[in-house]
Amino acid sequence: MALNREQMARRVAMELQDGYYVNLGIGIPTLVANYVPPGIDVMLQSENGLLGMGPFPTETEVDADMINAGKQTVTARKGASIFSSAESFAMIRGGHVDLTVLGAFEVDVEGNVASWMVPGKLIKGMGGAMDLVAGAENIIVVMTHSSKDGESKLLPRCTLPLTGAGCIRRVLTDLAYLEIKEGAFHLKERAPGVSVQEIVQKTAGRLIVPDVVPEIKFAN
Amino acid sequence: MAGFDKRVASYSDALLGLESGMTVISGGFGLCGIPENLIAEVRRSGVSRLTVVSNNCGVDGFGLGVLLEDRQIKKMIASYVGENELFEKQLLSGELEVELTPQGTLAEKLRAGGAGIPAFYTATGYGTPVADGKESRVFGGRHYVLEESIKGDFALVKGWKADWYGNVIYRQTAQNFNPVAATAGRITVVEVEEIVEPGQLDPAQIHTPGIYVDRLIQGTFEKRIEKRTTRGN
Repeated sequence: MALNREQMARRVAMELQDGYYVNLGIGIPTLVANYVPPGIDVMLQSENGLLGMGPFPTETEVDADMINAGKQTVTARKGASIFSSAESFAMIRGGHVDLTVLGAFEVDVEGNVASWMVPGKLIKGMGGAMDLVAGAENIIVVMTHSSKDGESKLLPRCTLPLTGAGCIRRVLTDLAYLEIKEGAFHLKERAPGVSVQEIVQKTAGRLIVPDVVPEIKFAN
Repeated sequence: MAGFDKRVASYSDALLGLESGMTVISGGFGLCGIPENLIAEVRRSGVSRLTVVSNNCGVDGFGLGVLLEDRQIKKMIASYVGENELFEKQLLSGELEVELTPQGTLAEKLRAGGAGIPAFYTATGYGTPVADGKESRVFGGRHYVLEESIKGDFALVKGWKADWYGNVIYRQTAQNFNPVAATAGRITVVEVEEIVEPGQLDPAQIHTPGIYVDRLIQGTFEKRIEKRTTRGN
């Protein structure tokens, strides 16, 4: 069975380490915050200028001046700080964020990523995504393995305008956990019940498959 | 002392000298911390062919979105156009020129503009359409793109509190682009929720020192919320 959104978030959350400053993109990456393993403390960075994002507010706590990068009302946790957009992106571009998790339309074997534009169809803008992928060492892309039309999103070469070049090393899809190196995807784990054969069929870019591919195991 | 008193009597005084074809920088992220009354005044003034620099372009009917309704914007420099239908429509029809700019690059363009730095190198956007036609250079084995800074004829800023001298404090995440916008305007206009007498704000807590501020006005704010999200009670 392919992983659902919550399971994908849970798998990514297993990569969190105590003391990490983490930026979570919009969509499935946001859900990662719900699965921080017990005993681990992470500080969430929101690029509009908040380090230490807390939970959504109660009805009475709602404050129009307190939002996250997805423009949702939020709170600040204990130990949070608030600053300007320039300061926020100094953190991001200066490589101070420990882990970045973001969604994408396509990823390729060279670590290129496309996530912000579909020519002629969708123009929403890149927001902070180009800064995040250029500034971070440690990035996980989270997306479905195939598009709604059944086309592979793991490609020999991205077809859409890029968000960043050569910057992605790890990808989690609903079918598999993969690493990108030496011009290929390397299959590391597969979703429970999903065959290696299915992953091979649905991966358009060069894929290296080891002899044994363990199933993804969830902590707890 | 009047030389440092930045207060103006009305919103029309606040935008005196604004003309068609000018570049206007606006603070704010989404609808949070936007200079909503100054934007409304730009609309009332009827100026057109503006270049507007702002992370977003408001929503249909509020914030910078109202300037799209009256076709007052010729060119928009922004990182995210998002959920604004009119924006997308004018963009696709070619009525509106848009320079999509990565959010961090946009913040840095304003910071640099305000700091007298004409251009800077950044890794952001290298190998993407954003770098098309721009110089690039390798430092320490990595590629960087040369990005030019931005200055505006006017910068419109929303603060929380200010003293007469234009020392400004922002509240919560309504800070966002406002401090960098404030540095990058030839004429910087700040609207705040409360103006206090000099001496009432702690000098060490000031976000925007008065040297950047030319005009100051107190307003009342709707503070519309784009995505009200709660966890219940």
